[in-house]
Amino acid sequence: MAKEIYSKYPLIKYLRKEALPTALCPGCGGGTVLNAFANAVDQLKLDPKDLVVVSGIGCSAWIASPYFLADTLHTTHGRAIAFATGVKVGLPDKKVVVISGDGDLASIGGNHLLHAARRNIDITVILVNNFIYGMTGGQLAPTTPFGAKTTTSPYRNIEHPLKISETIASAGASYVARWTTAHVYQLIESIKKALTVKGFSLVEVISQCPVQYGRRNRMKEPAEMLRWFLKNSVPISKARKMSEEELEGKFVIGEFVNRERPEFVTELNKLIDEVQEHFGLKGE
Amino acid sequence: MIIRGDEPEQIGLLKKLYKPGNYFMQGNEALAYGAIFAGCRFYAGYPITPSSEIAETMARELPKLQGYYLQMEDEIGSIAAMVGASWTGLKVMTATSGPGFSLMQENLGYAIMTETPLVLVDVQRSGPSTGQATKGAQGDFFQARWGTHGDHPIVALSPISGQDAFWETIRAFNIAEKLRTPVVMLFDGVLAHTRELVRIPDVEEVEITYRKLPRNEEEAKLPFGDPHGDGVPPMPLFGHGYFTHVTGSTHKENGLRDVYTPEVHDKLVRRLHRKIEQNKDVYEKYEEHFTDDAEILVVSWGVTARPALGAVLKAREEGIKAGLFVPKTVHPFPGERMRELGKRVRAILVPEMNLGQMILEVQRFVNDDVLLRGINKIGGVPLTVEEILREIRGVA
Repeated sequence: MAKEIYSKYPLIKYLRKEALPTALCPGCGGGTVLNAFANAVDQLKLDPKDLVVVSGIGCSAWIASPYFLADTLHTTHGRAIAFATGVKVGLPDKKVVVISGDGDLASIGGNHLLHAARRNIDITVILVNNFIYGMTGGQLAPTTPFGAKTTTSPYRNIEHPLKISETIASAGASYVARWTTAHVYQLIESIKKALTVKGFSLVEVISQCPVQYGRRNRMKEPAEMLRWFLKNSVPISKARKMSEEELEGKFVIGEFVNRERPEFVTELNKLIDEVQEHFGLKGE
Repeated sequence: MIIRGDEPEQIGLLKKLYKPGNYFMQGNEALAYGAIFAGCRFYAGYPITPSSEIAETMARELPKLQGYYLQMEDEIGSIAAMVGASWTGLKVMTATSGPGFSLMQENLGYAIMTETPLVLVDVQRSGPSTGQATKGAQGDFFQARWGTHGDHPIVALSPISGQDAFWETIRAFNIAEKLRTPVVMLFDGVLAHTRELVRIPDVEEVEITYRKLPRNEEEAKLPFGDPHGDGVPPMPLFGHGYFTHVTGSTHKENGLRDVYTPEVHDKLVRRLHRKIEQNKDVYEKYEEHFTDDAEILVVSWGVTARPALGAVLKAREEGIKAGLFVPKTVHPFPGERMRELGKRVRAILVPEMNLGQMILEVQRFVNDDVLLRGINKIGGVPLTVEEILREIRGVA
């Protein structure tokens, strides 16, 4: 039955059929992200043979691995970007994409995210932020809104969420954008830009987890969560004129940065050229 | 560009850069040159005493050979980047010390589970914790064996000199490539910083190997199968259109996850063990001195094997029938040979710079009627010939 539904999907050729159906819950935003990614790949006419998809641990790590039909490296918790760094150095002509969650990439793996942006290595990161550790049962994440309830903040969250896109934009990434799963077309456009830009790119996707987050925060239905995103989304141009108090609980959406900056693997290969030239090793 | 190290262009570069001959250098440098001759063209690391000269040598030399040096943000990222690079076909290495080795353990397990060739050098220093950060030790014998969680096999080598580090690093790469597995090098802070004579050989003297690649589409579809019966699957590298799926979760032969079928886990993990066990000829290595007629056997490893040999030679001068057994591959421990030797001797002494680690492996293979005694020294100062000789005399 499930196979039948998937076979009607126009981009089925991009998926690893033997791995379907996906393990994602009904109403999960992960499917939207996978769809947006597949559309971006399709619109850019990328050959999946030129893609390597790397992920970590958690629900969002499953969005593209193993479901997207490419070389896929499903790694340890938090380390996807560091694994991807090695892949990109070895295969500089391939597109290396990391798709994983907020807990994976911004908490346990936060340091790798920060330093990959600083290096400006040509990796595209699609960070799916659902404010929660979904797979382990809905525990507090570094992205959980202040005051929200989770299984490990049963009374209320007393911590402040990390502003991931803002942080990575200032860390040196070439491209950073944030959208929600309610902004699919903008999301596709941003993923396309991220895949095209030379340098580190981050697309943060605010995504719904009705099962682990919504249910405990008066948004049991996926649609309620999408309405919450739409109602509270503020375009970055408008947000720049707003105070911190006014922005409390809002989702700032749009492009945070889009700039040219020397890219790591290009520089690494340039350095090798220079060293070989210097020591008279060229053409050996 | 994926370099194996034996391309004519690479041979030419090695010949031009490293003239054969005797050099005075640190153990760490000798080890790094071994890696370079073995074909290592990717190094990801994080500075830590007493291993940093390995990173420094690689950072200086690798670009000359079209190789990549990466300084990562921590040790966890270093081994992660190595695994990623290894799946693109590069020969990869990192070097660290005890604390960094601890941080690498999770991804070492990942490399074992995903059958990723890599060489991980642990320049052992005095612990636990920060301990005596600049001092050598041999306290990581079991961290190498059991540092990562779950049932797993491991191959670990331990060189006894700078010269030995050069050759043993080449051997480590060859084992990693042949068996598609990580190999740990248990070096130590004493040898790492000891300057001694190291002969850099002619490139032609060095034999290197490369991992098995799939010969056809069928083999490429089973990155974790066993098509040749040797337990070693061909490695369908990334970037070749194979759509390889790699995961540290329990997986089927095609790489896809299956954590619910007990038989799948059983089959995979048993094959990982069998792969190592049935290929002993690829990695087993030990040295013996005067073991033919020895009554007292000294069993030692790494840096301590040096004063142990000195003590055995002196004991022989005094008419004591002492012998020396040095496992060069310390994991898996050469138990069969240990058992044979154990049957022929009266006493076994195990000197090491720890409070008794390898002695526990020795104990597994010798009978209770053999006197078994450790000679243990900690504090960052190596054992001396005199200290070991005294113990030999004591049981003579």
